[in-house]
Amino acid sequence: MDKTVADLGAAVAGIEDGIVLMIGGFGGAGAPIELIHALIDRFNATGSPGNLTVVNNNAGNGRIGIAAMIDAGMVAKMICSFPRSADPRAFTEKYLAGQIGLEVVPQGTLAERIRAGGAGIPAFYTPTSFGTDLAKGKPVAEFEGRSYVQERWLKADAALIKAELADRHGNLTYRKAARNFSPLMAAAAKLTIVQAAKVVEPGDIDPEAVVTPGIFVNRVVEVADARQEEALMREGAAYA
Amino acid sequence: MSDKLSNAQIAWRAAQDIENEAYVNLGIGFPEMVAKFQPPGRQAIFHTENGILNFGESPAEGEEDWDLINAGKKAVTLKPGASFFNHADSFAMVRGGHLDVAILGAYEVAETGDLANWSTGPRGIPAVGGAMDLVHGAKRVAVITDHVTKDGRPKLVKRCTLPLTGVGCVTRVYTSLAVIDIEGGCFVLREKLPGLSLEQLQAVTGAELLTPGPVADLVAPEVV
Repeated sequence: MDKTVADLGAAVAGIEDGIVLMIGGFGGAGAPIELIHALIDRFNATGSPGNLTVVNNNAGNGRIGIAAMIDAGMVAKMICSFPRSADPRAFTEKYLAGQIGLEVVPQGTLAERIRAGGAGIPAFYTPTSFGTDLAKGKPVAEFEGRSYVQERWLKADAALIKAELADRHGNLTYRKAARNFSPLMAAAAKLTIVQAAKVVEPGDIDPEAVVTPGIFVNRVVEVADARQEEALMREGAAYA
Repeated sequence: MSDKLSNAQIAWRAAQDIENEAYVNLGIGFPEMVAKFQPPGRQAIFHTENGILNFGESPAEGEEDWDLINAGKKAVTLKPGASFFNHADSFAMVRGGHLDVAILGAYEVAETGDLANWSTGPRGIPAVGGAMDLVHGAKRVAVITDHVTKDGRPKLVKRCTLPLTGVGCVTRVYTSLAVIDIEGGCFVLREKLPGLSLEQLQAVTGAELLTPGPVADLVAPEVV
């Protein structure tokens, strides 16, 4: 078994217009910048993929990564908990102009909806958001005297993930807090695409240390010198 | 002394109630300040939503590792015994009742324990982050806040007028003037600044303050 692909272009091949795309990362930690930029390259060259629904905790920062996707006009809707950042201009301008949709989801509910999507659980009840505007229209039920809100799973057609180590079977480790949503998204997407700092042979990752088992991963590409969003921000980088 | 506590002093007061070895989540912004005022000999373990338990102070400038950040996206360090975990596990810790204390900021707190701290109304771009999750599950949910808004209106009210973060979730409020518990749908005054009369405090509070027991002096050292 070998899930590695030759380059970033091959990694993001086949992502179609109008799909739900999950992108790992919380702020810059775990943001798969090179995969995102490869997708922007394809859009610039072919006009596709556009009209995407993107799932991430945030809605882009500066002029790179998800913000650059939004700038390029690839994103129809964001599903996120916090569409603000140090430099949220890309999203903010399009949102205020009515050119991009937004579904705000409490962070823990977002995580659990994605987890449920990957686990085959269509709905669950959470105390989060009960009695608030974000619970409007959702079923409520009482358990042991407390009220809970029904939330539904969130699944994706594809996910872009940044890992630390990947073996050819797609087993993954992450680096520090760059893990965040990525293991959940890897399971919730039909096509999980991973950029890893290093690709190793099966057996080189201690099975005890595997965080995402390879069954959740479809493609792996090595990006040895991946850039970190925060470092790019400090350089004032822009991607177009 | 000043006629009200500074933010640092409010954070100091809240820190005095955090037990040794408690698992604690501090909301981003002002509540993060609570960490620096732990009394000597106490070591709380701090949780951040993005998947770290037992993180420590910010590193020196130039020493940041941007894969090691807190929920406010600030660079942090690790203490011995730290762990990493994914977002679902992180919020299992929150909603599952595993945290001892969560400390949050507030726009308004109602006598019912309702909290409004995520949205100032329909204008602008809605952004909730982890606030609606954090108000559920911790054994104590405390708020630190100025007692009144910048234009002098009470932040402690009968019913919140701003969009709610959670219903009946707050158990204690540390303000610039007082320490107030929420019990049975009422504000119960525990401490107030010694130079302030009950009448003066009541005048800047939007719901009745009950005093079923002794009211201690709220005294905080000069801290920054």
